[in-house]
Formats: sequence, structure tokens, C-alpha cells
Amino acid sequence: MKDLPIHAIADKSAPRSFWRRPATQQFLLVVPALAALVLLFVYPISSVLLRSLFSPELTFKHYIYFFKTPLYTRVLWITFQISLLSTLSALVVGYPVAYVLRRARPGIRNIFLLAITLSFMISLLVRNYSWIIVLQRNGVLNSILDYFGLIESPMKLLHNRFGVMVGMTHIFVPYIIFPIYSVMMGMDLNLEKAAQNLGATKWQTFWRVTFPLSLPGIGAGALLVFIMALGFFITPALLGGRKDQMLSNLIQIQVVDLLNWPFASAMSVILLIVTLVVFAIYNRYLGVERLWGGVKT
Amino acid sequence: MSTRARKKAAHFDPLHIGWPLWVVSASAIFFLIAPVLLLIPMSLGSAEIIEFPPSKIGLDQYRKFFNHPAWQTAVVNSLSVAGMTSILSTILGLLASLALVWGRFKGKGFINAVIISPMIVPLIVLALAFYISLAKVGLLGTKFGLVLAYTPLTLPFSVLPISATLRGFDRSLEHAALNLGANRFQTFTKITFPIIRPGVLTGAIFAFMIAFDEVVIALFICGTDAVTLPKKMWDVIRYEIEPMLPAISTLLLLLAALILVLTGVLQRRIARRMTPR
Repeated sequence: MKDLPIHAIADKSAPRSFWRRPATQQFLLVVPALAALVLLFVYPISSVLLRSLFSPELTFKHYIYFFKTPLYTRVLWITFQISLLSTLSALVVGYPVAYVLRRARPGIRNIFLLAITLSFMISLLVRNYSWIIVLQRNGVLNSILDYFGLIESPMKLLHNRFGVMVGMTHIFVPYIIFPIYSVMMGMDLNLEKAAQNLGATKWQTFWRVTFPLSLPGIGAGALLVFIMALGFFITPALLGGRKDQMLSNLIQIQVVDLLNWPFASAMSVILLIVTLVVFAIYNRYLGVERLWGGVKT
Repeated sequence: MSTRARKKAAHFDPLHIGWPLWVVSASAIFFLIAPVLLLIPMSLGSAEIIEFPPSKIGLDQYRKFFNHPAWQTAVVNSLSVAGMTSILSTILGLLASLALVWGRFKGKGFINAVIISPMIVPLIVLALAFYISLAKVGLLGTKFGLVLAYTPLTLPFSVLPISATLRGFDRSLEHAALNLGANRFQTFTKITFPIIRPGVLTGAIFAFMIAFDEVVIALFICGTDAVTLPKKMWDVIRYEIEPMLPAISTLLLLLAALILVLTGVLQRRIARRMTPR
């Protein structure tokens, strides 16, 4: 009864015209959102695609140029490299936190969760900026190390790969913790007890029981982070050096500094396709609902 | 099994966390939160350069920020763009969620996929897409252009909490209202909406925060006439040393804390109103 369309109860008169049918009326509710998306999403993205292919007649020269120029293929490679490494380092930092969250007393768990959520909610720019303050030449970290006499001269921690990795890991860790934590909350800890009763050591228990059971969370978090990392722009621009610029940063340079829209469009299409391929893998193995958390169909 | 091993197993507590694990996880939490919290003491410095630790303590940077016309314009621009985006995206999201959660029609899966897709497209691609299409209609450098660009971006984030709330809503309440003689409009405004309101507000807050903090699209679209707060902060971080920045960051930190409390309260309300299914 509960799931019956409301109009079916309100008005039981049998055959109705097209416009009076519940399905039509329900569909009309989604029309404004769809219209907005077609106009403000599908159309703009298609114009990027068209811009990369027509100038004015059909040509693949921008794509050919991209894949024939070592500079650009190298940036594509760097983009993959940074995305993979930052995903791994976020996993290394985030997994133990999720593990502890599952087992900690409610008091400590809440403090941890509060810190993670707050970090997650703070402006991206502020988070990147805070690392500039910490890592720069006369920044907080160098000042502290110098104060204790641990370094002779300030270390170069910013505008290099290290800076990018630190900044991106910092942003991605919450995205890793939440899915692993939610999978772990559904895990029966008696399985660990059983393993120990059967003579497994602590490490064996972890690697053969706990870790495999947490794999769905790891997969969901890691793929989500990897997808985000592929298109990352802010952190490489602010914390990276010349050699750490990703595909996104090159697109911005092409548009803003070189005004080369067709080539920027081609690069955007390449970035979009790479992202969609990774997303298709995600969708194939984990299902969109994990990301969506929402509407089931 | 030897007696010792049996004893060990009997004493095994899966909830036990060894000290190395405490050290590792506490360090991770420190790594997440310390750099941002560090900005609070840094914001109290009065010198013209950013120093650690600050030599003179005071609220000069905050005073400067609140009396600076360009920064104030940026704040007002950001508030109005984020506000308008949030309203637009919440209305579209609420209507779409009603249809997608309760409706029965063909193509729901496809429509879901379309609504979610802006989440997956890299921001830089969206930025270029809007740059090209807004240039065609002369909306570059306008707040309206920014609102148009942020609407698809924020739509998934307002649909998400709204549809989650709708799924927990007990529809027999609507049937009761209809049986008691209310029409469908009255039922929605008097029964359904008040109950799902916390979910709708959560969606509105998410949309607001995303639009308020967005910088990549802003870099392409703001121009010089519709500079938002993140765009201005970006320029300052990138090209100059601005002693006001830690103070501005602290204010944004407070905003995040406020939002955290607000969404927490709303979540509790949703949980209280939903009948367990």
C-alpha cells in the first residue's frame, strides 16, 4: 500500500488521457532538472568536443599533435603517476585510521570523526594554502627543524613532487577513510576471534580475515580518489613545480595564456575519456550506488 | 592446541588496539587537522609579512579584511552566487528527487546517470565547456553566468540528501491526509514538505558550500567584473604575499565548523522524523 503512487489512491477513475496519467505527471517533475542539464551540461560539453574536431572542417590534427609531442605524452604519464601515488599514499594514511575507528571507544571515535569531517569540509583553497605556510622555505616546518638544530639550511619542500603529494594526500584521506570505515562497521569481529581460536597469529588474522573483508571499501575509496586525482588542478598549480603540472594545468595554460581553444578542447576530451574509462571500471565492479549512495532504480 | 595458545586466544580481544596503531592513526589525524588549525594563531600576527610564530599579536588583519572594499565585494559576490545557485539547484533537485524516488516511469536509471554525471567530469573540462558556451552568449564575467555554471555541478549534491530523506519518508501519512480530504497540493505543503525539510535544507547547504568554495570554473568565468572570494584568494596566493590570508582562512574555517554543526543538527532531525522501515 505504502509504495503505491499517490494519485492511484486519490483518483481511481480508470482510463485517463496521456497528460492525466501518473507516470506522465511524475515524469514532468524531472523535466526542469533534465532541461537544465541538457542546456547547462550536455550542450557545453558537446561544444568542447566539436571545438576539438572542427576547425572548421573535420580534423584530428589536435589529437595527433598531442600524442606525437613528447611534452604532452609526458604530462599524461605524470598525471597517471601522481594520481596513482597520491591514491596509494592516501590509502596508507587512511586505512589505519579506519581500522582504529572501527575498534575505538565511542568518545575517541567521535573526536576522530569530527576531525576528519572538519578537515573534509574546509575550503580546498584554505587546505592548500595551509601547506604553503607549513612547507615554504621559511615556513613552519623549516622553522621548527631549524630551531632544534636538525637542519643546516631550509629544505625545499614546496613547488616540487613532495609538495604535490602532501597536498593531494591531505585532501584525499577523508575520501578513503569513509568507505573503508563503513565497510568495516558491517564486519563481524567474531570472525577475527574465530581465526585466533584456530591458531592464527595477529598478522595472519589481519591479512587473511580483516584485510580481505575490507577490500570492497578499499576499492571504492581508491577508485573514487583516483578519478578525482586525474582531473586535479588546484594542488599541482599551487604546491607543484614546473615538472609536476598535470593535464588540467596544461589545459588552463592553453586557454588562459595561449588562447589555443581547439587544442585545449582536444586535451579536455582526452582527460574526459580517460576519466570515463576509469569510472566505467568503477561502475562495472562496484556499482554507481556506492558513489551515489542514493536513488536506486 | 597448547594451554598457552588457548589462553592467548581466550584473551584475544578484537577491539584491542596496540600502541603502534594508536601512534599511526593519531599522527594521521594530526596530519589532517594541524596545518589548518595552525592558520588560527598565524592570523593574529600584525606584521606586514607572514611569520611563524607571529611577533605582534592582534586582530589587525581581520579589521583590514572587513574594511577592504575589494575583498568585501568578493565576499558579497560569492554569497549571492552561492545563494542563487543553492536555491535553483534545490528546487530542481527536490522536483527531480520526488519523481525519481516515488515515480514509476521508464528511463529512471538513465535520468539518474545524467544527473550524477557532472560529479565525474573533471572541473577543468567543465570550466572550458562553460568558458566556450558562455562566451557565445556574452555571459562571461557575470554572476548570472557563474550561477548557470554551478547549477549542474551542485545538482547531484542536492539530489543526494533529498532523495535519501524521501526514501525514509512514510507515505502512509500522505494517504491519511488525502483520506481526510486534503488535496494533493495541501498534502505536500502541510505534511510532506515539513517532514522532509531537514533533508532539503541539507541539500541546499551542500549546494551552497560547493558553489561558495569553487575556484577552477571561477578562474575561467569571473573575469574582472564578477570576482568571487575563492578567485580573489587564488590570485593572492599565486602572485603576492598577503598577510590577511591567514585571517580569511580562519573565517572560512569557522564557516566550515558552523556548517558541520548545522548539518549535524539536521541529520539528527531527519533520523528522528523517519520511521524505521
